[in-house]
Amino acid sequence: MAQHRSKHLLPGFGLSMGVSLFYLTLVILLPLAAMLLKVAGMGMPEFWRIVSSNRALAAYRVTFGSALVATVINGVVGLLLAWVLTRYRFPGRRLLDALVDLPFALPTAVAGLVLVTLFDDTGWYGQFLEPNGVKVNYTQLGIICAMTFTSIPFVVRAVQPVLEEVDIDFENVARTLGATRLQVFSRIIWPAILPAFIGGCVLSFARSLGEFGAVVFIAGNLPGLTEIVSLLIFIRLDEYNYEAAAALAFVLLVVAFATLIATNLLAAWQVRYVERRA
Amino acid sequence: MSTPVARSTGANAMIGLAFVFAGMALVVPMVLIFSFAFREGLTAYLGAILQPDTLHAIFLTVLTALIVVPINMVVGVALAWLVTRFTFRGQQLLVAIIELPAAISPIVAGIVYLFLYGNQGLLGPILQPLGLQVMFTPLAIVLVSLFVTAPYVARELVPLMRQQGTDDEEAALSLGANGWQMFFHVTLPNIRWGLVYGAVLTNARVMGEFGAVSVVSGSIRGQTNTLPLQINLLFNDFNIAGSFAAASTLALIAVLTLVLKSALEAWEQK
Repeated sequence: MAQHRSKHLLPGFGLSMGVSLFYLTLVILLPLAAMLLKVAGMGMPEFWRIVSSNRALAAYRVTFGSALVATVINGVVGLLLAWVLTRYRFPGRRLLDALVDLPFALPTAVAGLVLVTLFDDTGWYGQFLEPNGVKVNYTQLGIICAMTFTSIPFVVRAVQPVLEEVDIDFENVARTLGATRLQVFSRIIWPAILPAFIGGCVLSFARSLGEFGAVVFIAGNLPGLTEIVSLLIFIRLDEYNYEAAAALAFVLLVVAFATLIATNLLAAWQVRYVERRA
Repeated sequence: MSTPVARSTGANAMIGLAFVFAGMALVVPMVLIFSFAFREGLTAYLGAILQPDTLHAIFLTVLTALIVVPINMVVGVALAWLVTRFTFRGQQLLVAIIELPAAISPIVAGIVYLFLYGNQGLLGPILQPLGLQVMFTPLAIVLVSLFVTAPYVARELVPLMRQQGTDDEEAALSLGANGWQMFFHVTLPNIRWGLVYGAVLTNARVMGEFGAVSVVSGSIRGQTNTLPLQINLLFNDFNIAGSFAAASTLALIAVLTLVLKSALEAWEQK
């Protein structure tokens, strides 16, 4: 790194590099390495037996299925919220804008407590749903509700800034040239926001996969039916079955890496799209 | 900002729909927390809050935040300074590593610490004979909290510092300021609101972290229970009033976080 020093006009390279490397190594890399070592020391057949057990497969199904539904809901609602917040001026807009961040600010355990109380058979929502045969608490529907709530902001916050940048003049020209509203949306707006939209959906999906606090309150945690991967890991820890916990955690870690790479690629795509336009 | 489009019936319908969703999914839950917390009156509420275990959970939660937030503020500034003011080999990798904790499930965050400091972990068997027990102590809670909020401050500062550029700082240096003078008189005032915002977000996450903390804390009543764990414990004891009282303190912090965020954003736009 010394060869770079001559190029640096500003001070503090050594100090900030030292602090950063020390911290990242100690707080992030060392713990991650410890877990990877644990998994690596396990042997392939053992690892495979754990991650492909019936209970694990059922947990993947519940987790991924619920996260997918939650992401679709948040995709639609997030697009609506982003559109309304950027395109219209109306009383209460700032309040609505601030409210969108609530699921980020509210601890997940509080969210779980509230949801399970709302959907209780005597709760504010449950008393209307249960007589109609809709049971939310202790079913997969509850998991979907918890995942949806905790990841509401992702799509909104991904799409909003991009939507603000889409040139309204461009749209007005298209309209005067005879394009319908739908054409303007599908030809001009949609292509511009698509990378950000998908990026927001990926983040929302990743968050839902890892969500634990809100889900444990409402899921009921029946193996095979409402048991998510995070909870199965937690149960294995309680049983002192550290190998199984490590193997399952590794699966979630790989998925996290994949989403991180995907979001970076999508961000690059967005940049390329903007540059092509300009 | 774009000029608003003339509003049509469809637009009004969309605005209405957005409010209905936000009302049902966001406002009603907040109303429920406070109405359940105060359902049996102020005396009962204070009684639930002042219960020793809950009080200790509040203490431990605040203590954790008081340790974690300043550390991550300092490190966040160092990280942002490094990646926005210099170019060096491995810069992309460094940025990716900072972002890692945000992508990792809280349970996995707890697990990685267990496999470092636990009985069967990498360092646990070395540290324990020296009398240094990390797992299931407040120290473990501090460490996982550092981990899960590692990206927050840098995330706010990096775009801000990139956008501001280095002109001010170079001017200060050319006028004879030393490195620390430049930092305290130029850099810090320029980034203070971003830094405050990053700290507010870090604080909210530290105080509310559940999954990671529940793996490493051991959940010992009155010893290593933070507020979110205490809420879960009271709920499992069917102590609904107690759990809502504990939840209301965290909900209040969430509301304050949002108010501060809006205020800082309004300030920035001026």
